[in-house]
Formats: sequence, C-alpha cells, structure tokens
Amino acid sequence: MRVRAILGLLGAAMVSLLCLGGSVLAAAAVPMAPGDEGISINVILLDQGQPTAENPKGTPIPGVRIIVEDATGTEIGNDVTNKKGVASVSVAEGGDYVVRLDTDTLPEGTELSDPDDVTNSVNVLGFDTTVQFPIGLAERTGTDIGTRILGLVLSGLKFGLIIALASLGLSLVFGTTGLTNFSHGELVTLGALLAYGFNAGLGLHVLIAAPLAVVAMAVVGYLQDAGFWSPLRRRGTGNIALMIVSIGLALFLRSLFQYVFGGDTKAYDRYVTQTPWTLGPLSITPKSFAIDVIAVVVLVLVSLAVARTRLGKATRAVADNPPLSASSGINVNAIISIVWIMGTALAGLSGVLLGLDQQVEFQMGFKILLLVFAAVTLGGLGTIWGAMAGSIVVGLLVELSTLIIPSELKYIGALLLLIVILLFRPQGLFGRAERVG
Amino acid sequence: MPAEATGSHAASESVGTTGTTTRDHDAILVGEDVIRRFGGLTAVDVDRVEVKRGLITALIGPNGAGKTTFFNVLTGFDQPDSGSWSFNGRSLKGMPPYKVARLGMVRTFQLTKVLAKLSVIENMRLGATGQRGESMLSAVFPTLWRSQEKINTERADTLLQRFNLDAKREDFAGSLSGGQRKLLEMARALMVDPDLIMLDEPMAGVNPALKQSLLGHVKGLRDEGRTVLFVEHDMDMVRDISDWVIVMAQGKIVAQGPPLEVMANPKVIDAYLGAHHDSDLSVEEEEARLEKVRERLQAKTGPRDREDGDPRE
Amino acid sequence: MDWGFIFEQAMASALGPDAVVYALAAIGLNVHFGYTGLLNFGQAGFMAVAAYGLAASVASWGLSFWVGLLVGLGAAGVLALLLGAPTLRLRADYLAIVTIAAAEILRIVIGSVSLKDEFGGRDGLQAFNASFTDLNPYNGTVDLGVFSLSRADAWVTTVGWVLVALCCLLVWALMRSPWGRVLKSIREDEDAVRSLGKNVFGYKMQALVLGGLFGALAGFMVALQQAAINPDNFSTDVTFNAYAVLILGGAARVLGPVVGAVIFWFLISGLGTFFSEAAGGTDPLIPTWLMTDTQASLVRFILLGAGLAALMILRPQGIFGDRRELAIDAR
Ligand SMILES: Nc1ncnc2c1ncn2[C@@H]1O[C@H](COP(=O)(O)OP(=O)(O)OP(=O)(O)O)[C@@H](O)[C@H]1O
Ligand SMILES: [Mg+2]
Repeated sequence: MRVRAILGLLGAAMVSLLCLGGSVLAAAAVPMAPGDEGISINVILLDQGQPTAENPKGTPIPGVRIIVEDATGTEIGNDVTNKKGVASVSVAEGGDYVVRLDTDTLPEGTELSDPDDVTNSVNVLGFDTTVQFPIGLAERTGTDIGTRILGLVLSGLKFGLIIALASLGLSLVFGTTGLTNFSHGELVTLGALLAYGFNAGLGLHVLIAAPLAVVAMAVVGYLQDAGFWSPLRRRGTGNIALMIVSIGLALFLRSLFQYVFGGDTKAYDRYVTQTPWTLGPLSITPKSFAIDVIAVVVLVLVSLAVARTRLGKATRAVADNPPLSASSGINVNAIISIVWIMGTALAGLSGVLLGLDQQVEFQMGFKILLLVFAAVTLGGLGTIWGAMAGSIVVGLLVELSTLIIPSELKYIGALLLLIVILLFRPQGLFGRAERVG
Repeated sequence: MPAEATGSHAASESVGTTGTTTRDHDAILVGEDVIRRFGGLTAVDVDRVEVKRGLITALIGPNGAGKTTFFNVLTGFDQPDSGSWSFNGRSLKGMPPYKVARLGMVRTFQLTKVLAKLSVIENMRLGATGQRGESMLSAVFPTLWRSQEKINTERADTLLQRFNLDAKREDFAGSLSGGQRKLLEMARALMVDPDLIMLDEPMAGVNPALKQSLLGHVKGLRDEGRTVLFVEHDMDMVRDISDWVIVMAQGKIVAQGPPLEVMANPKVIDAYLGAHHDSDLSVEEEEARLEKVRERLQAKTGPRDREDGDPRE
Repeated sequence: MDWGFIFEQAMASALGPDAVVYALAAIGLNVHFGYTGLLNFGQAGFMAVAAYGLAASVASWGLSFWVGLLVGLGAAGVLALLLGAPTLRLRADYLAIVTIAAAEILRIVIGSVSLKDEFGGRDGLQAFNASFTDLNPYNGTVDLGVFSLSRADAWVTTVGWVLVALCCLLVWALMRSPWGRVLKSIREDEDAVRSLGKNVFGYKMQALVLGGLFGALAGFMVALQQAAINPDNFSTDVTFNAYAVLILGGAARVLGPVVGAVIFWFLISGLGTFFSEAAGGTDPLIPTWLMTDTQASLVRFILLGAGLAALMILRPQGIFGDRRELAIDAR
C-alpha cells in the first residue's frame, strides 16, 4: 500500500516535472511500468513543412500504412494513421523491431524528407516507444538554395532584432550596475505574458495589448529597482552575490509564471497565421515585417538617446565611474532607476514581439537567455552598439547554421561561437581591453 | 654587465646618502625601448633604464607619469606594445608574472592586495616559495610538508615582528587598516626572498613614526644584499634612503642620478610643475615660478635640519 | 493531512539518493566557487558527460561497467581542461557564461536525433548498471524506522554516502594544506597570488578538474539511482539547485554541501508532499480555484527561488555559517 502511494506520488511528481520542461529532480525519474495491455510502438506522421496554429509542429497525415516487423523480418502487425496522424502497433515484449512506412499510401504530393528513410529500427525496452518519419522538410531542401538562404537571412535578422532588444536591456543594466542578471529572461517572458493577459484575459486588441504590456513592463522596471535592487545596492551586496540572487529570482518567477499561466503554449488571438507578401524571391509575412520595423525603430531611438541626450551622457558617465559621476553632480540612483525602466521595457518589448512571432510560453525568455548572453558577450560586455551587433550576428548564425546542421542543434552554433570569441577576443568584438593590475 | 653609463648622470661618481658608490654595481634589471600605449595615450615610452644591483633606486614622477604601468610591464602584469627588458641577464619578455616572481623579482601594488579572508599569518605563509604542500598530491599527506611549514612560519613571525604586525597575527587581513595592509604586503613580498623588490608607494598612508623605522628596514634590505626599486611621492623618503633616482614624466624618463643632483635638475622641476613654458606666461613670471619650486625642492633636499619624524607643512 | 507521511517523504529524500547526488555536485561546486572563487555554472555538464560516459560505454559500446566509470571520469576531466583553457585567464563571469553555455550544448547534443545510436536521443540510455546491482549485499527492503528504502535504493544510498564521506575527507585534507591556502588566496585576489610566484592558472585548472570530478561522481549517482538517464536529468536548473544547496549549507565549509543537501531535500520533498496533500483529494485543504494538483507541485519551486534569493541576501554565509569568515563577498 505504502509503496503504491509512494510510486503514485513519484508519478505525479514526474508529470509535474515533465511540465516543467526538463527541470530535474532525480527522485522523480522512475521508469514507467509497462501497462497491462502490453507495449506498443507508436508512429506520429506530421507534415513539418506545414505547421498551423492548432498543430504548431506540423499537419497530421492520415491514411498511411505502418508495418512493424521483428528482427527476423516477420511482420508483427500493421496499422493506418488516424486523423491525428497516429498509428499504433502492439508488440508482446521488448526487443529490436523495424518500423516500415508504406510509401504508396502517402497522399499525393507528400514525400518523406529523406526518400530512402522508409524504415526505422527501434529498440523497445518494456514501455511504449514513439517513432517518427520526418516529412515536409524535404520540400524546403527542394527549393533553390538562394531562396532558402534569403529566407533564413530574413528570419535570422528578425530573431536577431528580437534578441537585440533583450540584449540592449541586459547590457544597459550591466553597464551601469555591474549586475549579470540571470532573471532577464523572465522579464522577456513577463512582457509576453502581460500582452497575452491583456489580449486574451481583458479582451483588448493585440495592437493595444502589446504597447500596454511594454508600458506595464516599464513600471515593473521601476518597481523592481526601487523595491529590490536599489536596497541591495545600498547594503553594498557584491556583484557575485547579486548574480546568485538573480538566479533565485529567475527560478522564483519562472515557477510563478508556470503556476499562473500553466505549462502549455498559447497564442495571441490575432496574427497567428498570415499569408506572406512576396516580392520576387523575397517572402515575408506582414507581422514579421512589422516586428522588424518596430525593433529597428526602437533600437535606433534608444541608441541615439544614449549617444546624444544629456540623460544618455549621464548614463554613460555612471557606467564608466559611479563615484566620480556622483561627485560631479549626477544623481546616480536616478540614472540607475531610469536604466532599469528602459532595460525592463526593452526586455518586455522583446518578449511581446517574440510572442507574436512564435507563441507565448512560461519559459520562452529562459530559452533565449543564453543567446542573449552570447550576443552581449560577443559585442563586449556593457557596450551598447556591441550588444546590438552581437545580437544580429547571433540571430543570423542560429538560422543560417540550419543549412549545415539539423535544426534541433541550431542554438549550438551561437553558443560555440560565444566560446570561440572568448578564446580569441575576450573583450568582445567591439569592447576595449581592460585595465590590468 | 658593467655599470655602463646611461647618459651623463649615471657616469658621475655620485655618492649616495649612505656613501655607497654606484660605480661597482652592475645592472640587475635593464629595459630598452619599452612602449605601452592605451589608445591614443602613451603611458610608458622608456628608451633605456637600468636598475643597479644592491642599491635602492627611487622611481619618481607626477601622478599619471606611467610609473605603475611601467611596474606592471616589467613584472609581466601588463604587455607592452614593444620593447625588451631583462632581469639578471634573462629576458622577461612575454613571461607570465608568476615566473617573474620566481626568478626573484617581486612587486607590491599601489592599491594593496591583501587576502582579506585569510589571517595575517596565512597571508605571510603564502609568500614562501618552493612549498612542498602546494602540490596537490603531497598536500594530502601533512608529513610531507609540516616541517617546512614550521620553518616558514618562524620566518614569517620574525618578519611580522619587524613590521610591527605581530599583534595582528591571527586577525583576518581584511580587518587591517590601510597602512597596516601596506606593511603586510611588503612583509609578504619579503617571504618570497627576492633579489629585487619593487615597491609601489610603500609609504603611502603609513604614519610618520612607523615610516622612519620602515626606512631603516628598507635600508636593511640593501644591507642584506637585495636590490630595491620603489615608487614614492614623498621626497623626504626619496632623499633619505635612495642611492639613485629615476624621474618619469609623461611616460618618459626625463632625468636620473643621485638624489641631491636630480632634485636640483630643472627638468625635474618642470616635470613636477606640470604646466609648461609654452603657455602665455611672461619670461619673468615663469622665472619667478620656477624659482619658487626650486626653493621648495631645495628646502627638502637640503641638509637635514629637522628631527626625524617631524610632521611637516 | 497525514503529517507522518509528509515527514517520512521528507526524510526519505533528505537521507536518500537525492541528497547524495546534490551533496556530491555541491562538493564539486564548493571546490570551484566556495574555495577558489570559480563560477562554474555548468556542473550539470560535468554530471552529464560522466553519466553518459558510463552509460554509453556499457549500453552502446559494449564495454564493461568498470571501464565505463573510467570513461566517465575521464570525460569530466577532459571537459574541465577544455573549458578551463580558454577561460581561466579571464574575468570570473566569463567562466560562468562559458560553462553554462557548454552544459547546454552538451545537453542538446546528447539528446539529438543524429546521435541517437550512441546516446539514445530524448529517451536516453538504460540497462547499463547490471554489474553494480549484482554487487548489492542487501536481500530486501531496508527499514530505517522513519522510512524504508527499496533494496536497490538501499545499495545506491549506501555507496553514495560512503562516497560523500570520502570526498569530504579529501576536501578537508586538501583545504587545510598549503595547496588549499593557495586556492583560497586566489579567491581573494589572484593578482596578489601571481605576484608571489604561484601559477594561478595551474591552480585554477586543478581546482576545476577536481570539482568536475566530484560532479562526475554526482552524475554516476544519478545514473545508478535511476538505472536510466536522459538529457533532462542534466538541465541548467540542476546546477542552480546545487548552488542553492551549497549556499544553504555554507560555502567554503567542508560539510556545507552535505548539510545543505539534506536540508534542501527535506524542504523540497516535504513541501512537495505537503502541498500535494493539501491541494489533492476529494475535499482539499486549499480550494482548487487557488491551487490545482499540478500547481501544487510548483509551489516548492517558487519557494526554492525565493528562498535562494533571500538566503543570499540575509544569510550568505549559510544557515550555520559565521558571517565574519564569509567566503563570498556579499557584505
Ligand atoms: N588600463 C588603462 N587604460 C587606459 N589608460 C590607462 C590604463 N592604465 C593606466 N592608464 C593611464 O596611463 C597613465 C599612467 O598611469 P599610471 O597608473 O602608470 O601612473 P602613475 O605614474 O603610477 O601615477 P600615480 O603616481 O598617480 O600612481 C595615466 O594617464 C593613466 O590614466
Ligand atoms: Mg601609480
């Protein structure tokens, strides 16, 4: 009885952990016990070339025959994919099996990404196993390479611009306060969640909800500094300690978001799918275009403000030498407060646009945090132009690397670049060498 | 390496305050064409410099002259844009700081670097070289390093006594005052048992009474056969203990020689005056100003007419 | 509300294999961060290469379990060298960013479809620890009064705590030696150490490797305890939790990680059980509009985050630490 209860509890914990998306607690990960009906091999057929709002991973393909054979080639059973694109064949016990797809039953115009890949060997280990046949990726490889590169450059630029907004915020805060803020990703998420809340919760139009979310994030920025970081600065808490505080804050916020928002992915109620505008080989959806324009305008305005205005100059003075600026009459705390407001609003805008481009989810910001770090480091910690240029490089790299590596690995390129840059130019591409000794 | 002249000053048979002649001393440290730029600013641009073995050499110059930067370059903490320099005839170019220190050339820092969360005595023990217990493998077997540790501790205690820090032995170094930190850093550098010790403003913030006794210790270092190179703004100290003075201004060595001679040198006065003659001062005004500075310096370099430890100005 | 059950769950985690894994991971971080001041944010990466080194050696390459252990340790050592070489000369936060990035790269690569044959993709690897379970001296469930351990868990836990004890002993011996003094000095001011003729880079590298090897042991324990591994066992949060453990128990104290792991798991598991009891059942204590079953399992993570931040602010020296000898410059 006890053991049952414990197992049940562990099972529950495991489900919650899966929702958490990979946060691990070793205790929970007990292998699932085989069900009473034996073990089944499941196949899910999705046309990954055609993602839609309901099926972001791809359109299901029904009516395709799947055959399962054992290691000696004897057929064990077969099934036809249903409306969800799922076929399921039961096997008696664990072992090696071959799953074959009958290409003749594929609908007209649909082809396997790799036409030779009609069989899949699986090793079944006492619980249900899922097998996939990539479909729809072939279509893209089929188009001419120039168009494909152009498409990737466009999406890379867009991604880079979205990251740039977040990087700029991170870099501004780092520059003035020295804080390496690991909770910056959660600010990105919060922007998207607020926009979603105003949109789906209060029923506001996206075009109203989005700017409202950014304004709300500016307020969050102010409160965050006044209520949290500023008191810590006054206590003289060291930078490394603050970094760990920010990690705690990130864990706190991320779990809180999941608590309130849930673990699934949601979209704003508009602009989910759009027919792209085409201009020769160029093809861009109106929302992508809007994202690009908004990001560019904001980035230019902010960097001009930092470069030209009195406020901007004061900001740079504080970044350079807080005590000196204080003694020359600059109100350092006010400047830092403004930087937090700007940085948080920028992060929020980044989240709003990311939510528009992809969808809204409780750890969307956490997922891009490392790319943001990569971008900021690439440009040189604390330099504004560097952060933006670094972001564009990261965005392009992430997208263009899919020409060579599978897209599941696309973030790796940027992270590797980060390491290589640190190896050869630790001050970043645009930073200056540091004072030694 | 013979004590060949570096310009006319070195050639003179000058006599230091203690009567040591510079003639019989070879150079322990030689630098040539050392240039270090920060962007547009040339912080160090030294054609040739020699530090004579067994003497106390002072490196002086106005704020921002490049003294600390030069120290950093010589000890491997900073890389120059060009130039070569050698210690005991061995080129130090590209050598990492720890190897420089192992060769017997140890420096202290202008902004003190004590290890705040370690006790004073542990700070001192760290300085000792060739410790068997500092290798990871033998560290786990105390029998291999206990006896050596005991000897080091005794040496450390003697030094602490000399530097008036014995009462602070068990305190965290972070709890020391600014002056005490300077002292600890100097004492710790001596634990390395260096041939050449380079002190960056060792007396800044040390009280006058203690300063006098420390001056004695620094002279003692010379008597033990060590070479001392130190940066100092306090002209009294420079006059009191140095055998040779090198003057830097705007990255260049503008003069060098025995203390009395150097302090009367108009170039040195210029360097300290800062503003130059190309401003719109009349000749008379300029002369008047120069005269004032000369007087002031003369007053300091003149015969000792004050009691030791007398607070000035 | 069954308080007895909650306590039992909490104790089972606090003294069971969970605490062992995190104690070992945090002992490694203690060498890195607590003593040397190295910000390794990729401890999960060290755990991953070791666990996968072991599992893949046995399950994919047909080597023996014991060779697999060596492969795992070797992989962690090599990872330390690779990460350390470019970053240990740079400022502290660079190491942090590089290690966290490297751990993420490893997790993605290990779980990729392209390497499914070696590492099993998202499903991970199983069936590699027969040689270990064969040595199990227990014949059945072990009842410890407050809680009981299954036969397998009892064996893993025994081995685990023995390992923890040995590691603590080693850390204790090292940190009272001149070698440990150099590490602590590097944490305080590495330029000062350089100026005294110590090869700072070399010492940092030794510390990184040593702490990485402790991380490798933690990875082995994950693998042995679950008898299976997958990439999600080694996410960034594992590293962050290990930091929480370290700070809870007190950085730069030999037993800090152990104390921290026990308290951490007592709280995480106890709170988890408490909230799932409070929000579950037919007549839950907390109404469902406020907290559902799924949400109940999240409360502890919310508290964990808030707790880590609060601890760092209010008691950076850990629960039992002495503020004056605080290793982290938190003031
Ligand atoms: N890392 C650096 N980046 C830019 N400029 C620097 C750097 N280090 C030193 N400088 C500049 O080089 C010049 C020389 O500095 P240095 O610290 O060597 O002077 P100093 O002679 O030691 O002065 P002081 O007597 O005040 O200690 C100064 O103008 C300083 O601003
Ligand atoms: Mg200086």
